[in-house]
Amino acid sequence: MWRYTFKRLIQGLVTVWFIASATFAAMHLVPGDPLASDKAVSPEIRANLEKRYGLNEPVWRQYTIYMGNLARGDFGISFTQKNRLVNDIIREHFPVSATLGLLAVIFAALGGILWGALTALYRNQLPDFIIMFLVILGISVPSFVVAALGQLGLVSLNNLAGVNLLPVGGWGTIAHMLVPSMVLGLSTMAYLTRLMRSSMLEIVNSDFVRTAKAKGLPPPRIFTQHQLRNAVLPVITVLGPAIAAITTGGFVVELVFAIPGLGRYFVEAVQQLDYTVIMGTTVFYGAFLVFMVIAVDIVYGFVDPRVRLE
Amino acid sequence: MPQSTPAPEMFEPLQVSERKQSTARPSLSYWQDAWRRLKDNRRALLSLYLVMGLVLFTLFGPFLWSVDPSAQDLDQVSQPPWADRHAVVVEPYRLWEGETNTSSEGSLRLAMAANTQSVRLVWPTMPKATGGYRIYRNLFPIGPQRAYGLPLGEQRQPLKTYFEDRLDLKATRYFYTVVALNQSGLETNEVRTLEVQVINAITIADALKRGLAPDEAPPQVGDTLTLALHPLGTDYLGRDMLARLMHGARVSLFIGIFAPLLYVLLGVIYGAAAGFIGGRIDAVMMRFADFVVALPFLLFMILFKIMFGIGPGESGILPMLIAMVMLSWPATSRLVRGQILQIREESYINASRLLGSSTGYLIWRHMIPNTMGVILVTITFAVPSAIFTEAFLSFIGMGVAPPTPSWGSMCNEGIKTMLTTPHELIFPALFISLTVLAFNLLGDGLRDALDARMRNTD
Repeated sequence: MWRYTFKRLIQGLVTVWFIASATFAAMHLVPGDPLASDKAVSPEIRANLEKRYGLNEPVWRQYTIYMGNLARGDFGISFTQKNRLVNDIIREHFPVSATLGLLAVIFAALGGILWGALTALYRNQLPDFIIMFLVILGISVPSFVVAALGQLGLVSLNNLAGVNLLPVGGWGTIAHMLVPSMVLGLSTMAYLTRLMRSSMLEIVNSDFVRTAKAKGLPPPRIFTQHQLRNAVLPVITVLGPAIAAITTGGFVVELVFAIPGLGRYFVEAVQQLDYTVIMGTTVFYGAFLVFMVIAVDIVYGFVDPRVRLE
Repeated sequence: MPQSTPAPEMFEPLQVSERKQSTARPSLSYWQDAWRRLKDNRRALLSLYLVMGLVLFTLFGPFLWSVDPSAQDLDQVSQPPWADRHAVVVEPYRLWEGETNTSSEGSLRLAMAANTQSVRLVWPTMPKATGGYRIYRNLFPIGPQRAYGLPLGEQRQPLKTYFEDRLDLKATRYFYTVVALNQSGLETNEVRTLEVQVINAITIADALKRGLAPDEAPPQVGDTLTLALHPLGTDYLGRDMLARLMHGARVSLFIGIFAPLLYVLLGVIYGAAAGFIGGRIDAVMMRFADFVVALPFLLFMILFKIMFGIGPGESGILPMLIAMVMLSWPATSRLVRGQILQIREESYINASRLLGSSTGYLIWRHMIPNTMGVILVTITFAVPSAIFTEAFLSFIGMGVAPPTPSWGSMCNEGIKTMLTTPHELIFPALFISLTVLAFNLLGDGLRDALDARMRNTD
């Protein structure tokens, strides 16, 4: 167990190193340079600026400096915002994205398990058809359309109530988080519902359910204790990638609902070619996702004793 | 049961044709069998027709509806398909001196019939308007919240009780509000409102220029003309939505179909090579694939997009395609490698080897056909995600460069005016959703038909 965890963590670190190197390489291949601005600068000023940002060093030297700083957890200074540390930007905006993502994952997982179990219970009956139809819709409609519709819904809800029941955009209270996290979690919830449904249907035909029935256990007990608990396992395995999809997919929701998250900040940084912010955010997100997947894998070992972590 | 008595003719020899052994069912190949199963799946068949319809729409649509997608129809900007296309021919615009009104009788009214050329408002003097008036326009009724809408301008002299609105007028219903201002220019509670139905107007010269009437018989003032047809309306620059959807489909479907084809191909080659070679090289190759999987997809799509850059006049489709291929192949390569490893151990491979078949023959004849089903299913499911990625990138402004239309960038433009002209968002969103839905359902059907192991438990 500990050996496995240790091994996975080492692998994770190597992966993060790869992500950082790939980001470094990609940013150096970007045409144009960070010091090019609207104002024409004299060669002396330019040389000074290059020295200030270490851009006069050869590429391999820049790379080792960058990696050394990364190892110390230092992402550098923003290029477009004077004297602002990338670390500060991440520290300020990531909690917002993480809160939104966490709520979305909880919403998606609970909803997916509940709806999936319901469709399996009412297989080929009206509730099944209705939910599966909604699931297909949830998978097929792009996230920005869902976000726009969510906002439209909020506006009409507030108009109907005559007061501001829920804020249409912004961030701060739990009321701000409710609809955006639901919008963000919707497509994942749809996938989890499908997964849960097929996993439930598989388990209905399994031996231990038949045995439980033969023993004369009451059906609700079979449903909760035998079917549901076993059917949830595959859903947990995909939670790792789901968290990845949700946290990086938060861009659109953050843009549409005007949430000051890291995703929105990243899009802005890309538009302004703020090199250090782009690199810092990418490496940070990459590392976060890598360790999230590892964490889910380890947790899975605890939840399902049949899985031997080797 | 009546006992049958043997008759003499029963002992005659059979005809040649009847002697042939007949099987109960014709023997079916793997693909014939899969096709039969797919045909029985009504949902999958329907989505197959839908996909074919979309492809036809994209390839042949522009020939049938040959309107230039970047041509602007300035008479009809942001018009929904159900908009009234009639326009009254009016005189060329002439400056309006206004009317000076000293009486406080009457109400807010129009000085002349309102049309898209201008709306001229006149109102009686208001006692509280010591500092003049401010004029507002709203698309929606004012309501109890007193939402006056867009401030159009001010008239700072209390006796000049007129205003002309020429700001971006559409043939729709407007709610005008005139608020009296006090000495210091602050709004008072003295308000007049008016609901105005604006009609389309066109001058003779414009009508001739747009080819709405023949040059030999120019229209007269007061005639009613029919403006150009836009079956799905126009966007915020007056461009034809149907033409843009057709050309946008080229981008979206091109990316949606070619990117998966290419990266699945790359993944198949990579995975098959790794699986077939095996050993240390396999381990190294797969570790590299793991690294690529770990890259945050959307962030790197954006990074690569900036890395390749978009030159002037380019649409930016190719960089997107390359970025998508570079980032998406590992999933397929893992899948194919797994399949190859499995098939390599099958006894028919050993048998074939014993019969002296070469490695190339083995790969070509046995390995690829046996993984074909899985690959086909992967491609089908990759199409929706590629379309989503394109739409997402175009939506945040990192996708195709304007003026090239794509469904995603059309959504991006449409979402800004979602409340007033919803058709600009609804149509492209509908096309994306329908395409993704069709490919998802087709993928489900193909999986059920082709791959016994992954079959859905429905």
